[in-house]
Amino acid sequence: MSAAAEAAFFGAKVMIVDSDLRLGGQLIKQTHKFFGSAFERAGTRGFVISDMLLDELKGYGDRVETYTNCTALGYYKDDGVVSCMEGEENYFKVLPKKILVATGAQERLIPFPNNDLPGVYGAGAVQTLMNVYGVVPGKRILMVGAGNIGLIVSYQLLQAGVEVAAIVEAMPRIGGYWVHAAKVRRLGVPILLEHSIKEALGKDVVEGAIIQQISPGCGFIGEEIHVDCDVICMAVGLNPTCELLWQAGCEMKYIPQLCGHVAIRDRSMRTTNPNVWVAGDAAGIEEASSAMVEGRIAGLSMAHELGYVEDKEYREKSALYWERLNALRNGEASAKIREGIAQVLMESSGGMER
Amino acid sequence: MTEEEKERNVIVCRCEEITMGEIRDWIARGYDTFDELKHILRVGMGPCQGRGCREIILREIAKMKNVPITQVDPGTFRPPSKPVKLELLAKKEGGE
Ligand SMILES: Cc1cc2nc3c(=O)[nH]c(=O)nc-3n(C[C@H](O)[C@H](O)[C@H](O)COP(=O)(O)OP(=O)(O)OC[C@H]3O[C@@H](n4cnc5c(N)ncnc54)[C@H](O)[C@@H]3O)c2cc1C
Ligand code: FES
Repeated sequence: MSAAAEAAFFGAKVMIVDSDLRLGGQLIKQTHKFFGSAFERAGTRGFVISDMLLDELKGYGDRVETYTNCTALGYYKDDGVVSCMEGEENYFKVLPKKILVATGAQERLIPFPNNDLPGVYGAGAVQTLMNVYGVVPGKRILMVGAGNIGLIVSYQLLQAGVEVAAIVEAMPRIGGYWVHAAKVRRLGVPILLEHSIKEALGKDVVEGAIIQQISPGCGFIGEEIHVDCDVICMAVGLNPTCELLWQAGCEMKYIPQLCGHVAIRDRSMRTTNPNVWVAGDAAGIEEASSAMVEGRIAGLSMAHELGYVEDKEYREKSALYWERLNALRNGEASAKIREGIAQVLMESSGGMER
Repeated sequence: MTEEEKERNVIVCRCEEITMGEIRDWIARGYDTFDELKHILRVGMGPCQGRGCREIILREIAKMKNVPITQVDPGTFRPPSKPVKLELLAKKEGGE
């Protein structure tokens, strides 16, 4: 949405396709106030940010065309065609001049016995159920993962009147921000470090879980602990969604700090396929704040490539966005992101087709 | 069931109902890339096109071959990344 707004601002025609029923991605599920910088609307609730972007897009009239419930199925490298499917019946193809892949992320799953029982959810699914549809997933939850997502979703469950039996975290420390951890701890939820789920219990649905301590490298140790719960919520991380980038022949690299395979890109977010840009979680798991700035950078660069932006203005605005991006990535918590980005950023500008 | 049996019974590819045990056996037989496992077991060919299972399988390959996951080939990604009725494809290709 940020990229579309930026490109449309300069006069480019934009078509947005999104699999979801409405635009906004993860933001529409985020009922909490955002962290980040004031520029990137910290302190504002996620879904409000999404509404603000929608309004901005509306301001550009027919220059921005939106297709929801519409999935980009494939990119055909030879002719640059993108195939799409709206709903289950309307299959069509488009030939865009430039493409931005901002497909976000998918949830990581971990294998354990009975992980296919109904009642084992991804944190994203729990959030969608609760915050988009107003449905609680169960009565008592075991949360797996104490990163920001695990912590925030735990808090939102508590707000919705659902009990959180415990949060287990495989690492020896809490991955998320301290403010989020403090909120759930204050409500009496135990956070068990160096613990993980060993097995889900139940015949037809989840009726409990076994958790156990883990020691790095040696697997499970110590006593098995039985947890009474009817939902197991997995918040063990995300992977960038990048099928389209692979199909486009973009050079990809596995970067653990960015949580999976990501496209090599230059400072304009252009990949090694000169017609393809990338931004947001698809370019590396980070945050909405940086995703939005990356989108601005990509949108600006695409509009520039299409001749809508003067060189001077392009350089100035791009420098400004990079300042904001660097400010966001400045903190101690972003050290990992900085290391990751350093490995995928190529110095020269795009257009180096393989 | 022993711990090991339980682990082998874990469904890794939900779409095609393939267990950890099957995957480990085929990796041990030398089918140690994602694409080879896909050809033999159909993992990654279900409605989710591997979104649910690819990572887990790549980790398993890395573990069994004792290489870092950064060096495991994730396999090829062919369009479409979601199932499409053949009828729709045929209509479109023919009609244009
Ligand atoms: C619980 C939780 C709390 C968070 N809190 C914060 C916070 O406080 N501050 C912060 O900065 N960040 C936060 N984040 C992170 C933030 O939500 C993400 O980093 C951000 O949403 C990434 O934006 P994106 O546009 O890259 O991806 P997404 O928001 O995931 O959007 C991707 C979109 O692409 C669509 N899509 C995917 N594939 C296709 C396809 N093939 N065709 C068409 N459409 C497709 C999806 O439907 C989706 O709408 C939080 C995340 C979670 C889960
Ligand atoms: S889980 Fe393997 S293809 Fe869907």
